[in-house]
Amino acid sequence: MAGAGGDMQWCLSQAKGSLDDDVTEADIISTLEFNHTGELLATGDKGGRIVIFQQEIENKRQPQYRSEYNVYSTFQSHEPEFDYLKSLEIEEKINKIRWIPQKNAAHFLLSTNDKTIKLWKISERDKRPEGYNLKEEDGRYRDPSTVTSLRVPVFRPMDLMVEASPRKVFANAHTYHINSVSVNSDNETYLSADDLRINLWHLEITDRSFNIVDIKPANMEELTEVITAAEFHPHQCNTFVYSSSKGTIRMCDMRASALCDKHSKMFEEPEDPSNRSFFSEIISSISDVKFSHSGRYMMTRDYLSVKIWDLNMESKPVETYQVHEYLRSKLCSLYENDCIFDKFECCWNGNDSMVMTGSYNNFFRMFDRDHRWDVTLEASRENSKPFQVIKPRKVCAGGKRKKDEISVDSLDFNKKILHTAWHPQDSIIVVATTNNLYIFQDKMN
Amino acid sequence: MFPKGTKRKFSDSGEEPVPSGEQGQPAPSAAARTLSSSYSLQRQSLLDMSLIKLQLCHMLVEPNLCRSVLIANTVRQIQEEMTQDGTWQIMTQALAAAQCPADRLVATEVLCRQTDMAAQAGQSPKPFSVVGLEEGYHSEEVVMDGDGDTEVTMSTLSTVSPQLSSASYLPGPFGMGPCWEEEEEEGECEEDEEEDSEECVSEGEEADRDHLTGDSRTGEQVFGTFEIKHPAPPPDPALEELFSDVDASYYDLDTVLTGMQSAPKMGPYDLLESLSSHGPTALSSSTSCRSDLNELDHIMEIIVGS
Repeated sequence: MAGAGGDMQWCLSQAKGSLDDDVTEADIISTLEFNHTGELLATGDKGGRIVIFQQEIENKRQPQYRSEYNVYSTFQSHEPEFDYLKSLEIEEKINKIRWIPQKNAAHFLLSTNDKTIKLWKISERDKRPEGYNLKEEDGRYRDPSTVTSLRVPVFRPMDLMVEASPRKVFANAHTYHINSVSVNSDNETYLSADDLRINLWHLEITDRSFNIVDIKPANMEELTEVITAAEFHPHQCNTFVYSSSKGTIRMCDMRASALCDKHSKMFEEPEDPSNRSFFSEIISSISDVKFSHSGRYMMTRDYLSVKIWDLNMESKPVETYQVHEYLRSKLCSLYENDCIFDKFECCWNGNDSMVMTGSYNNFFRMFDRDHRWDVTLEASRENSKPFQVIKPRKVCAGGKRKKDEISVDSLDFNKKILHTAWHPQDSIIVVATTNNLYIFQDKMN
Repeated sequence: MFPKGTKRKFSDSGEEPVPSGEQGQPAPSAAARTLSSSYSLQRQSLLDMSLIKLQLCHMLVEPNLCRSVLIANTVRQIQEEMTQDGTWQIMTQALAAAQCPADRLVATEVLCRQTDMAAQAGQSPKPFSVVGLEEGYHSEEVVMDGDGDTEVTMSTLSTVSPQLSSASYLPGPFGMGPCWEEEEEEGECEEDEEEDSEECVSEGEEADRDHLTGDSRTGEQVFGTFEIKHPAPPPDPALEELFSDVDASYYDLDTVLTGMQSAPKMGPYDLLESLSSHGPTALSSSTSCRSDLNELDHIMEIIVGS
């Protein structure tokens, strides 16, 4: 692994997607996830499709080409549905993809839209049986009378075919929109969370799920808080956390009771009274929560910052990183154009020393926890040539703008990076702009 | 990225409608806030904007509950502050004083609908939804049809007697006669009812009573959006003055306007007007804009603070 973040030099390796400025709605990337080895990268889009990229293994030995990812499989995961009872369309947009740890040659992942979770099996076929006695190669049956000798069919190599097939469909368990899916460390169960409830499933059982969190008030008029994200602890199979629109994170222990409405820990940072405004609550709403790989920390993303929490300390985060503090004075217009409701995600690197999250203008931010160093980078084809180190960017909040800086008013709020992913074992990062995927690698001399 | 806004009216152009500066300045006292008219106008603009946002979500295919809840909380916060300041009382009194012959007060549900699995969870149906369930819901138009002798007040809506009543509207259990509409709306209302009865019929095997959009929505949101419409007859000058200021300041909020404002001079009330001028048909055809009259009464109670 590379050293301190400050030593890192990121180069654009690949940019995937349409070059058009006109974005087709269906192509908008809605989720991004590496598998546990980093060999596979899954993306989901608004059109309900999943595209899986595979790392070129031969290139792994040549460090400068190790981040070449090519399409491995493409399939339609979810279709648009119409709920006739409510006269509402159910979007096919893929909200989350989570990989199941690999047990055999096939790969399994969970993908979900607003209402339905599906377990997909992705398997390779590179051999096919040939030499049947009763069948021709094209499948036609042979006249038995023409068979004069018997042979044993053998497997012969064929062009690699990657097949994706839905193995399980977990439906009809969510009234509200599913925002999270998380596989338990026991590899048998997983949770799915919507705005008001969290359900626990067994991967093998589709017709039953257990409701483990329910924050729906008896009188919906009293609703003031929703669940925004949920995740299982990476090692403790009885522990999970869920975040809320009020900026709190609750940790629950499933051993305590069947319905985990009472949290075992609640993480909340008291509000800074000097920063109070009508938008305080909205910007405190947590859009993503991620445990560290070690399981000792968790990271939350709210509108303006990333916070690292020690699971043993509920009163405040141990680290806070400002993503784009210059937006604080623009909250009113961001409220007006709805950008204040954008849900940014965040991710850890493989050894939990760095974290990354997206911003506007196709900028994304990286924070080195150990060395207290941060950088703003841009995902753009114009400003990056393959294998050239990309330049850090800087936003000028006010006053005199230096030469290479960009002023806050020039930021393009339609170009937002909501989804980022970090290779679990290597310094390779993937960043999704609206409809393009950018893969960067650390130069590593 | 953002089109330029209109010329600033106030000299304090950099202000945001916040009680304290973001640069860490101490919050001004309540008294100072009351005195600051630009602050209160900006707060009013924020309130208007929020109400529009809540209303617009009816037009969306799948409303985002998180966004709706956050906006509703913002509205609630503003209303609480305005009530403390006494500004809210002033606003309701201004409406009470207005005597406008053809004014129409339109109240609609603001939160987008969600189904309620109450039936499945074994919960009892929501108190306010019971009446409307079998009949379906209609976009709510409370029309004060009078020649100036009907007083329009927020707090007395429930006692105004109906002047016109259409079979397609059901009276609320609170005896709140008011859902009567002008003749030209009748056709649309009947259309509403047809669609509603179709919906009732198409209720599937789930036996989930809460599928009817109004039910879950009526139970969900306290606030109503009140639109004062000024049709052809000249509007009341007092009202006009009250809201014209608000209109202008709405655009002075920031140096940049968003794409949300398609026409330069369109104020929040104009926006609401154009929404409902697409007709209850449009709204109900997406079956998203119906509300229970009982809910209106309840909304009134809460907003007035009784």
